[in-house]
Amino acid sequence: MPYPTNYRYTREHEWIAVDGSIGTIGITDYAQNSLGDIVYVDVPKVGDVVTAGASFGSVESVKAVSDLYSPITGTVTATNDELKASPDKINQAPHETWIIKVELTDPAQLNALLDAAAYEAFISEETGS
Amino acid sequence: MTNDTTIPQIPAPGPCTTGKVRPHQTQNEALLFEKSSPGKRAYKMPPLDVPAVDPATLLGDAHRKTPGLLPELSEIEIIRHFTRLSTWNYAIDLGMYPLGSCTMKYNPRVNELVARIEGLAEAHPYRPDSLAQGVLEVFSLLQRCLLDITGMDSITLQPAAGAHGEFTGILLVRAWHESQGNPRRKILIPDSAHGTNPATAAICGYTVENLKSNAEGGIDLEALTRQVDEETAALMLTNPSTIGVFESQIHKIADILHAKGALLYMDGANMNALVGKVRPGDFGVDVMHLNLHKTFSTPHGGGGPGSGPVACKAFLEPFLPIPVLVRNSAPNDLENLRAPSLRVVAAATERAGDLPASLHHPPSVRTDLGFPSFPSVFEQETAERAVNHDSQPAGQLTWSYDRPQSVGRVRAFYGNTGMFIRALAYILANGPDGLRQTTEDAVLNANYIRHHLEDFYDLPYKTASMHEVVFSDKRQAAKGIKTGDIAKRLIDYGFHPYTVSFPLIVHGALMIEPTESESLEELDLFIAAMRSIAREVDETPDLVKSAPHSTRVSRLDEVQAARKPILRWRPAVSL
Amino acid sequence: MRYLPKSPAERLTMLADIGAASIDSLFAVIPAEYRLNRDLDVPRQHAESEIIDYFRLAGRKNATNYASFLGAGAYRHYRPVIIDSLVQRGEFLTSYTPYQAEITQGTLQAIFEFQTMIAELTGMDVANASMYDGSTGAAEAVMMAVRVTGRHQAVVAATVHPEYREVLATYAKHQGLPTTLVAYHPDTGRVDLAALEAAVTNETAAVLVQSPNFFGIIEDIPAIASIAHAQGALLIVSVAEAVSLGVVRPPVEADIVSMEAQSFGVALSYGGPFCGVIAAKEQFLRQMPGRLVGQTVDSNGYRGFVLTLSTREQHIRREKATSNICTNQALVALMATIFLTVYGKEGIRELAEHNLAKAAYAAQALSAAPGAGLLFTGAPRFHEFVLETQETPASLSQRLLDDKIVGGVALSRWYPELPNATLWCATEVVTREQIDTAAKVLSAAPVEA
Repeated sequence: MPYPTNYRYTREHEWIAVDGSIGTIGITDYAQNSLGDIVYVDVPKVGDVVTAGASFGSVESVKAVSDLYSPITGTVTATNDELKASPDKINQAPHETWIIKVELTDPAQLNALLDAAAYEAFISEETGS
Repeated sequence: MTNDTTIPQIPAPGPCTTGKVRPHQTQNEALLFEKSSPGKRAYKMPPLDVPAVDPATLLGDAHRKTPGLLPELSEIEIIRHFTRLSTWNYAIDLGMYPLGSCTMKYNPRVNELVARIEGLAEAHPYRPDSLAQGVLEVFSLLQRCLLDITGMDSITLQPAAGAHGEFTGILLVRAWHESQGNPRRKILIPDSAHGTNPATAAICGYTVENLKSNAEGGIDLEALTRQVDEETAALMLTNPSTIGVFESQIHKIADILHAKGALLYMDGANMNALVGKVRPGDFGVDVMHLNLHKTFSTPHGGGGPGSGPVACKAFLEPFLPIPVLVRNSAPNDLENLRAPSLRVVAAATERAGDLPASLHHPPSVRTDLGFPSFPSVFEQETAERAVNHDSQPAGQLTWSYDRPQSVGRVRAFYGNTGMFIRALAYILANGPDGLRQTTEDAVLNANYIRHHLEDFYDLPYKTASMHEVVFSDKRQAAKGIKTGDIAKRLIDYGFHPYTVSFPLIVHGALMIEPTESESLEELDLFIAAMRSIAREVDETPDLVKSAPHSTRVSRLDEVQAARKPILRWRPAVSL
Repeated sequence: MRYLPKSPAERLTMLADIGAASIDSLFAVIPAEYRLNRDLDVPRQHAESEIIDYFRLAGRKNATNYASFLGAGAYRHYRPVIIDSLVQRGEFLTSYTPYQAEITQGTLQAIFEFQTMIAELTGMDVANASMYDGSTGAAEAVMMAVRVTGRHQAVVAATVHPEYREVLATYAKHQGLPTTLVAYHPDTGRVDLAALEAAVTNETAAVLVQSPNFFGIIEDIPAIASIAHAQGALLIVSVAEAVSLGVVRPPVEADIVSMEAQSFGVALSYGGPFCGVIAAKEQFLRQMPGRLVGQTVDSNGYRGFVLTLSTREQHIRREKATSNICTNQALVALMATIFLTVYGKEGIRELAEHNLAKAAYAAQALSAAPGAGLLFTGAPRFHEFVLETQETPASLSQRLLDDKIVGGVALSRWYPELPNATLWCATEVVTREQIDTAAKVLSAAPVEA
């Protein structure tokens, strides 16, 4: 699955798409693939503050839990309620299925993230292929 | 080179035929609620010998007007219901149950009988001590036995299970550090540990620091030295480790910890490898728990009840949870302490050496030499005391709550007494010679399996195995078959699977603990089954991947169960 | 050794087979200085008949021929015979935690039925597969409320079983969880609602009460719930006497119910093993401790059951787990399931009504003795009551024991303000004759000068 070139990525396998001051965050195809069938997504409340590099929630498969790390610092403006009933949407379309939206505190933090090419290089290194 | 002459070849099971097993019918059975019909009864109350009351009047608003939807069935239907369900279970009584770390050994039936003896089973926890001396003597004798088995100084039987024992043990650690002026901040836990260890450290208010295992799967002494500091409260160590290896550097581990004022906690999950051969108290452990449902044969019962006594060194004794068992004669004579007479001085008996012939000591020879303090449970019974309510007779057992430094109470009442009775019955049935032979057989069985399977499955750690052996699915994974698939296929061969994917330091682990309860015949069948599956991985991998093929239900949809949890039955809604 | 299935020759064969010189060579990895070179100092090997004799003797020393009015968190009810017949089937007794669902459907379906019955009886949406006991279950329920609310204070009624409160104190101490104790009303023996209202704040994670409470009195759950919920706190109701739910309105306003199910067919066994269980509203499911069984289908579409939502548990989430609990009380939960099936919908009510009647008669008969009276008469009770006497509990207890009666538990141990109060329990197994005898002993109290 291609990694959109207009997104930025973390080494913990989250993506962020930025539109103005709002960042939209999800997990990558690589992440959903290594977790397997996702059964539950634990997200913060609207108004909560998330911090770059810190955990803001978790995503669960039947026998594994993976923390979600925020690519940037900001305030949560929306959470994807659809995931409550259909967490499998992440498996089906990881790059179209967002988890939270955040009002960015410092857009300059985006510069520290990987672009699509760098992320793909990173995961091929991780898988040793 | 593996000597194969002892291992029979067994035909690989197809979907319906097998070597060790052959399918037979099991009865279908609906849920109790689906079978219920109004008006059926399985009970009869005796006539009320006091005036009946009107609940609505007595209780007012607190009166329950709508009964819970409990099923209504007759006795024969209930017997059939649960008997049918029981036939859907695998059990030790049916065959080998090689779950690593779980010690699925035989559960003797005399244990069940004695736990149901009226005077013990019907004893109310608040009955006066004068009416509870029999059960308290059971506590006392079990405590003394467990203290000698562990080589520790003091013990509490209260914790309800292993994880509860860990909780109690780490509370002792914390209380001791607090008494030294600093509770300290962190607990070190090897990456091979059971999940209960870090979970326990967290609920006791400690942060968990991971300790990476060395190339042999044991404690890395250099890493340990680096990580232990003045803020380290303890190391939680499983010994033998979860890969079934004894930490041969155990004394150095204890020294490194003690030099920084940190304590050594031992998870006694694997005590079945040690009983009668080596004692944690002798190799530097400060505090540990036992699992009576593992090492001491109390039944697992489909997940419990367990019992997790905690034994400690003398310096931790003041912190034990309340209450503690004492003898009235002398207020300081704690029953949970090793009695001086039990402190066995120098070895009075020499082992007969390492000759194979020494495998079998006639019990009369072994037990009657030099250790007279416990010849029989009967000789320590003094003449039966008349039950005396007027005064507390000397030597009477009672509970002491006057323990100012105690960590507090960890549960209501005094512990899982029913499990104490069973564990003591097991110790009595074995005696010192039987307990040692048990350990030796458990270790022999694991090594026998290792020897006969190491040409078929990858053995990530070559260190000598104690009571369990851990392989990995490396060879099979290359063909797309994982440990979980092999485990499911083992079911078709008539065995319960081994422990899957644990410990975490072995990728794709197959953790096998046969225990002492398996005969040579059963071990050979197991080895043959595992070898046959290894061949199937090469020849018919799809058969393994889609296993089991012989069970009432095939692989269950765990994803659906977790996404849309259905955790109870509900009546169909009628429109 | 009769439990070991190997002949001496087989051991030698196996050693030779694996190339070991001796059994001790398999233990060579243990440093020599730590090996135990003597027999363990434990009793010698005993024959099965000797083992039975030893425990029978211990049982006799316990004295069995006494009438008992003891309750206080451990209740004597009749145990139908089929409970022990069924739980001693090896397929239940000697099976492990049902992680391999295909060959443990029996245990899994039975637990699913247990969860359903507990949910039905408590009025909650979901129940777990069991906890150790009522005391640790109540402490775990408070920790659960802390996780749900993100608050770090608890309010506890003084009428919760004192030993449950002590256990909670042990758990709370290292969690940074201060608890406030709320007194009981001296007339009703119920939680003092005004004091409760004053104690609960918007920092309170949970209010923990017990009903029937330690004095046997049924708390005003709807009123307590409004006080808790007004501040956004969760209400946890501990039920120590599960049989009460046959006739007492379930605590449907609670958010979490922590129950001790010992009364459902589990022997007293000097205090354990018992059977805790946590039930809750569905929205708190993800924060529940312990195992849960869920319904699903297999690859052929047949109904089956599995352990589910395991990501909450220690073997997956490790230090971030909802609890460190692993082993629970599965076989005891099975006893409770069989007990509830035997009594069923009508039987549990009839059983509870018998308890109500016995206690009503006993309370009346015992309090009629000169110098005796009932405390806390202003609220409904189930099958326990508090008797106040002029005679000290120690003296009274001694006189009752002389007549082979174990009287009520002295309350002064936990409630120093009640020096002459005893807590009595009369379940369905207590006879009128026993009650009348106890009343006679009470009436013969030495009159104070």
